[in-house]
Amino acid sequence: MGKVHMRVYRGNSEGGQLKDYNVQAEEGMVVLDVIHKIQATQSSDLACRWNCKAGKCGSCSAEINGKPRLMCMTRMNEFKEDEIITVMPMKTFPIMKDLATDVSFNYEINKRIPPFTPVEGADWHWEQEDVDRVQEFRKCIECFLCQDTCHVLRDHDKMAKFAGPRFFVRIASLEMHPIDALDRTALLKNEHGIGLCNITKCCTEVCPESIHITDNAIIPLKERVVDKYYDPLRILWNKVFGK
Amino acid sequence: MSDNYQSFEYDVLVIGAGGAGLRAAIEASAAGCKTGLVCKSLLGKAHTVMAEGGIAAALATVDSRDSWQQHFVDSMIGGNLGNHWRMAQIHAQQSPDRVRELEKWGAVFDRTNDGKGNINVRHFGGHTYKRLAHVGDRTGLELIRTLQDKGVHSGIEVHMECTIYSLMKDGDRIAGAYGYFRETGRPVLFKAKSIVISTGGIGKLYFINSNSWECAGDGFGLSYLAGAELADMEYIQFHPTGMVWPPSVRGLLITEGVRGEGGVLKNNQGERFMFKYIPAKYQGKYAETEAEADAWFKKVVIDGVKEETVKERKPPELMSRDVVARALWNEIKEGRGTEHGGVYLDIASHRSAEDIKKKLPSMYHQFKQLADVDITKVPMETGPTCHYMMGGVKVDPETQMSNVPGLFAAGECAAGMHGSNRLGGNSLSDLVVFGKLAGEHAAIYAKKLRDFPKIDESKLAGLNKEMNQPFENQGGEVSYKILADLQHIMEKGAGMFREEPTMDQCLKDLEGLKERVKKVTAEGNRMFNPGWHVALDLRNMLAVGEAIVRAAKERKESRGGHTRTDFTGYSKDFAKKRVVVRQKGDKMEVVREDLPQIPKELEAELINAHMLKPEVLKQLRGEA
Ligand SMILES: Cc1cc2nc3c(=O)[nH]c(=O)nc-3n(C[C@H](O)[C@H](O)[C@H](O)COP(=O)(O)OP(=O)(O)OC[C@H]3O[C@@H](n4cnc5c(N)ncnc54)[C@H](O)[C@@H]3O)c2cc1C
Ligand code: SF4
Ligand code: SF4
Ligand code: FES
Repeated sequence: MGKVHMRVYRGNSEGGQLKDYNVQAEEGMVVLDVIHKIQATQSSDLACRWNCKAGKCGSCSAEINGKPRLMCMTRMNEFKEDEIITVMPMKTFPIMKDLATDVSFNYEINKRIPPFTPVEGADWHWEQEDVDRVQEFRKCIECFLCQDTCHVLRDHDKMAKFAGPRFFVRIASLEMHPIDALDRTALLKNEHGIGLCNITKCCTEVCPESIHITDNAIIPLKERVVDKYYDPLRILWNKVFGK
Repeated sequence: MSDNYQSFEYDVLVIGAGGAGLRAAIEASAAGCKTGLVCKSLLGKAHTVMAEGGIAAALATVDSRDSWQQHFVDSMIGGNLGNHWRMAQIHAQQSPDRVRELEKWGAVFDRTNDGKGNINVRHFGGHTYKRLAHVGDRTGLELIRTLQDKGVHSGIEVHMECTIYSLMKDGDRIAGAYGYFRETGRPVLFKAKSIVISTGGIGKLYFINSNSWECAGDGFGLSYLAGAELADMEYIQFHPTGMVWPPSVRGLLITEGVRGEGGVLKNNQGERFMFKYIPAKYQGKYAETEAEADAWFKKVVIDGVKEETVKERKPPELMSRDVVARALWNEIKEGRGTEHGGVYLDIASHRSAEDIKKKLPSMYHQFKQLADVDITKVPMETGPTCHYMMGGVKVDPETQMSNVPGLFAAGECAAGMHGSNRLGGNSLSDLVVFGKLAGEHAAIYAKKLRDFPKIDESKLAGLNKEMNQPFENQGGEVSYKILADLQHIMEKGAGMFREEPTMDQCLKDLEGLKERVKKVTAEGNRMFNPGWHVALDLRNMLAVGEAIVRAAKERKESRGGHTRTDFTGYSKDFAKKRVVVRQKGDKMEVVREDLPQIPKELEAELINAHMLKPEVLKQLRGEA
């Protein structure tokens, strides 16, 4: 195997630029291996996050040739032999250093989602088919690639008003749990701004866990919001019965 | 860099946010203590997230014969009686409650299909009955996410991407911890009344390993340097099934669940070799022919027939990891390995493509994406990989406190529960059982103190200078080079097979590394600088490496994860002993202590119930 030509973003919150590296490739390498090799042999202070190197922890998110992807699951042999491979940090989040970004926004949003609250005296027996959907949502590894790709968040100015696809998935996992007692519809509509999503499905396309974010989480949640707030019968019912 | 450090104060400080640390923090906080939690990565990314197969607990939802007693016996036999019996008992008794508690906190386990809708459990090596609650093959993710969500709503203060560099003491007792934020490099002091160490394992000391970068043995090193005793450091689990090809994924785990779901091991002759390797302790419990193993598999796994009604015994691929790993190694050594130096793990011939994708989705993807191998069509190649540290901080089984007052330990970095070999699934349960106990008792301890212990803040400038040293050093090597050498040295000197001369050489090599570490050089500055981070990790890694080798030299027998080519078999001189390592001056002292034994009445009870066999006990005690 020959050399590969990498172009990696180096910089911090004050600015930076792309830097070129030539690296000797080995069979089976993924982009993260090449980054590690750069650290070991050329720039030991190149910052990037990783943990599992197996697509399980969601740490190594980056934009590879413009696409939001996990570095540890992107094989080098996907690229043409003389192709220059550009690795950039996720654009939606403020940069810390090199490939590491400040993703604290996501942890803040998560704190504001009321946790799982079982109904009192719940029966803790249920069938597999009752939780298949919830389990799909719970596959999320919090790579935040969907957050990175969603244009509502990417345009930054709406960050305060929009929780983003990851957290619609999270809320869906709670709302569709067979014995969760809370109703998070008002939160979805107001604080989390689900109405801003115009179902472009870009988030679903980048999800490494193949979660059907839009079809299975966002659209059903939107329907709940519509049922509750825009369905005339429902509104009348609410007025009369005060719920 | 300035000495200007940030400072925080907590009743209980938990270091490590894997399953054990999160569970400890939740408990301490629930007890009304102001609780801080520190971790090196982002929250939710700790090594626990990688656990696949399941969490072991005698829930008896599928096989009604299961009981804590049987789980206890399986863990003791799996550990070759090297376990602290009381920890194994507490673990077996309390793990079912801890699993049900996870469900109450929102975990969604796979269900049984018998119409009762219970938590489903699966087979794993060394467990007599189906016993592992699971979520497909991503059980660790479910565990960590559940605890994380519970934790962030319980008022715990989390400090992410923060590395503890040193524990602080006030006289003999614990007083706090000092470290740095990874993003800025800024130093930080945590004052604490009590501390729980839950920093995970040591996989990164070995070149071929299944662990995350975080598993650099920090907790062992930090505790040892603070005066805590380490026990059982010679017991390291090499998992039989790591990936071997391509080189970039070498060591990455193939879950034992593959064998639980029907995967069989074959050598390059196509021979299913495990039948040749059934040790005396498992004689009579495993199938002796391929026909018998296949019949069991078809009835129990495919058709879901109740195991108690099946006369065939289960396949020998499901024996404990130490046994399987040694068998595999022997096949490879004797020239019956694969092209890339492994053996074959074949599930394609036993399950439909559809089943494989459903039962083992992440394994399917792992091979497809990383190795271009379709496991529904062809066998995988697999070989041993460094996986788990059974040894660690020596703790009191009831409270999890070490010999340093106020210093507690739980999870992979604590010793005792697993003896010389851990059974699959017993780690995740260990995390929640002993995490809870550690949190509870750290809180009790903290509440008894009226004032915070004193920290000699004049020491901090010195520590900060030490941390800064790699930037001052000129012309030394980068940390990565030294790390790679360390990994090779450990693999050669204290890997799966050990003997006196290579261990002696290993100690010499480690001494040589110490000199190189003193001169290790970092480029750039303290802002998010991985080369510098690794440079600082090396100090702990060297201490842990030395502890492993010294303990391994001391135990002149073979037991579980400690195999000596110059002392094969169990020895009665060591059967009831545990090796303890501690700091004496600036030297490492190694002592042999009595290992507490199962009380006679309990032993008799288990023998009467046909769970323990006297001849097996004799054999493991080296008396047969
Ligand atoms: C691939 C794989 C699959 C596995 N599957 C299973 C399974 O199916 N069932 C099972 O029971 N077990 C399994 N195990 C084992 C199990 O996952 C681990 O033993 C367990 O998760 C360890 O948990 P822990 O809480 O002790 O530590 P970890 O999860 O390793 O967490 C350690 C924490 O400590 C922090 N830390 C470390 N050093 C410092 C420091 N200096 N300063 C601050 N923070 C620090 C880290 O950042 C991290 O947050 C598996 C292991 C692997 C590798
Ligand atoms: S579907 Fe909605 S959430 Fe997903 S990327 Fe498009 S706008 Fe964003
Ligand atoms: S939903 Fe998918 S893309 Fe979004 S954070 Fe989770 S795993 Fe990543
Ligand atoms: S390193 Fe864990 S997902 Fe890439």
